[in-house]
Amino acid sequence: MRFTLNGGAVSLDVVGTRRLLDVLREDLRLTGTKEGCGEGECGACSVLIDGEVVDSCLVAVGQVEGRQVTTVEGLAAGGRLTALQQAFIEHGAAQCGICTPGMLLAAHALLQQTTRPSADDVREALAGNLCRCTGYTKIIDAVLSCAK
Amino acid sequence: MREVRYLRPESLAEAVQLYRTTPGCRPLAGGTDLMVMLHARTVRPEPQALLDLWSLAELKGVRRVKDMVEIGAAESYTGMIASREVQEHLPALAAAARTIGAAQIQNRGTLGGNLANASPAGDTLPVLLAYDAVVATDRRSIPIDQFFAGYRQTALQSDELITAVLFPLNRHVVFRKVGTRAAQAISKVVMALSRNPARIAIGSVAEVPLRARRAEAALERGDLEGAVAAVAEDVRPIDDVRSTAAYRHAVTQNVLRELLDSPARR
Repeated sequence: MRFTLNGGAVSLDVVGTRRLLDVLREDLRLTGTKEGCGEGECGACSVLIDGEVVDSCLVAVGQVEGRQVTTVEGLAAGGRLTALQQAFIEHGAAQCGICTPGMLLAAHALLQQTTRPSADDVREALAGNLCRCTGYTKIIDAVLSCAK
Repeated sequence: MREVRYLRPESLAEAVQLYRTTPGCRPLAGGTDLMVMLHARTVRPEPQALLDLWSLAELKGVRRVKDMVEIGAAESYTGMIASREVQEHLPALAAAARTIGAAQIQNRGTLGGNLANASPAGDTLPVLLAYDAVVATDRRSIPIDQFFAGYRQTALQSDELITAVLFPLNRHVVFRKVGTRAAQAISKVVMALSRNPARIAIGSVAEVPLRARRAEAALERGDLEGAVAAVAEDVRPIDDVRSTAAYRHAVTQNVLRELLDSPARR
């Protein structure tokens, strides 16, 4: 099967019913995508498919045939952090960090759709991403600081 | 661990054919239920293959068909929320879709999946009941009030695929979900109400999404207090991890009273 991963072509011989999450982490060694609950509750494994945020634990890898997949590793093109990633650092929007990749991708998807989200828009866009350290306020502040 | 094969039909006709001829085959749409169960190995009977319907163009989209709105079985909740037809004619469906999971789930969840999974807590299912929706399959149309046959049991034959859901126009339905929080919550009680015709449909209060027939009869007579009293007789909730039977009884009555009081009805 073939798809585009972080802008580059990928060709794999895998069973299509495996979870996208496992193929990313185990076969492609992209361990930025984290497994939290494995049930679509926590959002730690969030990735983008054709720009839409999804839980990669709920996606059969065969379903991304021909599609564009973006993981957290794909945000910083050429090693340069995005404004959103920089804002997470400046606002101290990470504690233990396991939710951070998923938060970044969910927030990235929001900012692609809406350049000026309200605080409520941000909360709603991140409602599917749980932070076990409960550091939500700084995460929301970081995303809002990127609203143009 | 035995591998579950992945089947990717290129057309609905091919999907129908594969589903008829492949033993142990389960349809897959957005995976929000099935992929969890597959990973936990709780799918019964154990599947030998998944039939991926997610990318079939014939199962996508929202269309106006004569005096109905037709929604493809594999259209996402996000697609429904964004649809003008849904916003204009089926606002209660849009409201329900917005309460399901969060962005990640709304981007993947489908009506076909919600129906086939037939969870008593499926959030769109009371909405479908209140609108008198019709489930279209590869071979027939099933009125929604004949669709749920028992706990997670449907009227579908073993090789029958859901293709679309059809909704009549000019219905006014209101919706309310009670859960632990606004997002990512499985309902404790979920209700959709139509005043005329009288439809009171409730989830998470019985083994199936339920039409509250006694309460509907009272509502038909214009007896609102009678409907609120009768609905307690219609439901048969249980104690479980999310709530108790007593709480669900009380909340069912409270939510019905609230929806009966809601403005802007026709």
